[in-house]
Amino acid sequence: MNAVDILLWVVVPYVSLAIFVVGHYWRYKYDKFGWTTRSSQLYERRLLRWGSPLFHFGILFVLVGHVMGLGIPKSWTEAVGLSEGAYHALAIGVGAIAGIGTLVGLAILIYRRRTVGPVFSATTRNDKLMYLVLTLTILFGMSNTVLGAVGHEGVDYRDTVSPWFRSIFYFNPQPELMTEAGLGFQLHALSALVLFAIWPFTRLVHVFSAPLGYFTRPYIVYRSRDRQLGNRPTPRGWDRVGGGRR
Amino acid sequence: MRVMAQMGMVMNLDKCIGCHTCSVTCKQAWTNRSGVEYVWFNNVETRPGQGYPRTYEDQEKWRGGWQVGRNGKLRLRTGSRLKRLLTIFSSPVQPSINDYYEPWTYDYETLTNAPVQEHTPVAQPRSLLTNKPMTIEWSANWDDNLGGAPELTQEDPVLKRISAEIKEKFEQTYMFYLPRICEHCINPSCAASCPSGAIYKREEDGIVLVDQDRCRGWRQCVTGCPYKKVYFNHRTGKAEKCTFCFPRVEVGIPTVCSETCVGRLRYIGIVLYDADRVLEAASTPGDQDLYMAQRSIILDPHDPQVVRAAEEAGISRDWIDSAQRSPIYALINRFEVALPLHPEYRTMPMVWYIPPLSPVVDALTETGHDGEDAGNIFGAIESLRIPVEYLAELFTAGDTNLVTGVLKKLGAMRSYMRDLNLGRPADESIAAAVGMTGRDIEDMHRLLAIAKYDERYVIPTIHAEQGPEREEFDTGCSLDYDEGPGMGGWGPFGETSGGSTPIAVENFHMLAARQTSDTMAAPGDKAQRVNLLNWDGKGAPEGLFPTRPEESAALHRPDGGGVGEDSPAVTEPKP
Repeated sequence: MNAVDILLWVVVPYVSLAIFVVGHYWRYKYDKFGWTTRSSQLYERRLLRWGSPLFHFGILFVLVGHVMGLGIPKSWTEAVGLSEGAYHALAIGVGAIAGIGTLVGLAILIYRRRTVGPVFSATTRNDKLMYLVLTLTILFGMSNTVLGAVGHEGVDYRDTVSPWFRSIFYFNPQPELMTEAGLGFQLHALSALVLFAIWPFTRLVHVFSAPLGYFTRPYIVYRSRDRQLGNRPTPRGWDRVGGGRR
Repeated sequence: MRVMAQMGMVMNLDKCIGCHTCSVTCKQAWTNRSGVEYVWFNNVETRPGQGYPRTYEDQEKWRGGWQVGRNGKLRLRTGSRLKRLLTIFSSPVQPSINDYYEPWTYDYETLTNAPVQEHTPVAQPRSLLTNKPMTIEWSANWDDNLGGAPELTQEDPVLKRISAEIKEKFEQTYMFYLPRICEHCINPSCAASCPSGAIYKREEDGIVLVDQDRCRGWRQCVTGCPYKKVYFNHRTGKAEKCTFCFPRVEVGIPTVCSETCVGRLRYIGIVLYDADRVLEAASTPGDQDLYMAQRSIILDPHDPQVVRAAEEAGISRDWIDSAQRSPIYALINRFEVALPLHPEYRTMPMVWYIPPLSPVVDALTETGHDGEDAGNIFGAIESLRIPVEYLAELFTAGDTNLVTGVLKKLGAMRSYMRDLNLGRPADESIAAAVGMTGRDIEDMHRLLAIAKYDERYVIPTIHAEQGPEREEFDTGCSLDYDEGPGMGGWGPFGETSGGSTPIAVENFHMLAARQTSDTMAAPGDKAQRVNLLNWDGKGAPEGLFPTRPEESAALHRPDGGGVGEDSPAVTEPKP
């Protein structure tokens, strides 16, 4: 293990995740107005109708797969009687379907973004960078799944990548695990870390506004002027008397 | 009884001449920014016509508003909350830009830059979305004044509900204008569709607003609103809608569209309504009963019980007083001549309309009859079924009796008042024929025909002690703000990032940009020119006319007789 390994598998992850967390906090505090999906459905509907759900549902399943693969130790799944072979068949089967959906969706979306005039004009440099990193990450990840499926690479990520990933959160990083993981996983992990680092500054922030509160709130929202104190904090001397309305 | 106040508007369609002044001034005030080029918070449609966006009233297609489910419960036409969230990645029925229109500008620069050529250079239309040359095929009022009829009017969803035989004759008989703003519904389906809870109804005056900081651009509100009056700003990725000009209304002045209306056809005021009975009224089974249901939740502000309940609900005395003098209440519940637009959408809209009688009178006069004779008018309203059926589809979910009743009242007013104006004795039987008294008719005439400014607009202000609690308060300097003038620049994510900018600041920046831009409007010698707005019309101050070359040379000669600092101003106008 050398300095480069420590840099790549200890320093970069912590820096990236720190940027991820602090960046989101800062962006939310500073830029609520810029926090949006920036939907382009107004410009174009036909391609989006296929590309967007394919990509989004695909990536949600991919996310679930990653939570399982990275978050749940091998010993746990084996303890509940899920054999190594069964687990991999499941992971690769579902993973491949979700991954292909994501990739096809992404391909449609990128094609749309490039060829539909208004959508292309509305694409910022920030978007382009984000698309590049996101696509690379997905492509690396997908190639790992495919190579794993054909049994090309003899590395089990659940013995290497997953424990390394968890070790970061234990604050007991084990970079040596990643050095054994193989180039495919290393590239995937690195590009993901770059993605996490730029995440708070791109349109990807909309992931964190998934509107789950919609299920529990009443249909019509009433708000009093009193609670919305305008654009600025109330100046001194303007405190409300009694807090009553009007 | 839970009393709430609601700001409302009534438009007297008889007076609308379709001049679009309301649309233009509204656009100048609110949607003259990029990202909302295609947006008209106020638009004027010619009916019959497709409307803006095209065929928005076809709710089978666009699925806006509410409907009563099989279990008798009110639900959004787009389905359950779960269904909406599952289709959030690609909203199934959101109008695309072509359903509005692709905004454009003209390549004016060619006119000045074109080289010498045989033909006059032409300013080509350019898309504001792609900046590429484009063909203009549609706009917000493409079918203005029945333009493109009868082909285009055939697509009118309201017309489609009326029988084929009527369609044929329609455009020969009848045409009127329908100005539309956000309805500021009592039961807004846009707010109910918003996954983020960003669209809210203000408790104090019922104005429906979008919180720009909470909107995440899920664009469900665009689908949810049956009037298609919530728009997606494609630049900022946020929803925007008519604000009822809240900064103006809060200080007691009418909305821009009302203030600038040439026909003076708009009325603004508040009504008190019973918030506890809104759901019940909106769930009324029959579509045609919704008009009465909505009227029944609007409370009589003169009823002592209502006044007491309003006071208990924290509504101040001057607001109750405004509700009692409200022209909206008078037109809706006293004279009963105002009708809601599409009550069958079940959103309880609060911009109501007095249906137009003039076309009926015109048709009558053309046949050689006295168009203002009560008997003739009543007969004509009955026999001219076409306009009545169309109006009924718009305002009463198809109940022609209601529309006929209103038109008869308007006709009775004309006849009754004509007698008075011609010095003949008042004919109480005309008033009685429409269930009114002569006094009622005179009051209605005063409100509709005389239409004094302070009777058309009875707008209670918010109170001084609430100054800082307003959405944007003006008790301090409105430019004294973080990103305000002089503070400079935008955040790292460009102009659409950071906190929302107060409108005053945004306008200041735009004005500054216009004043300092390097275009024809801002010539290099601007600093030496005279601002004509400050010129009192007397004499010709220095800089009123561009200096001539010899004069400017003379100015710099010590003996030149030029205008020095202490010499008297030139008072003779130059040729």
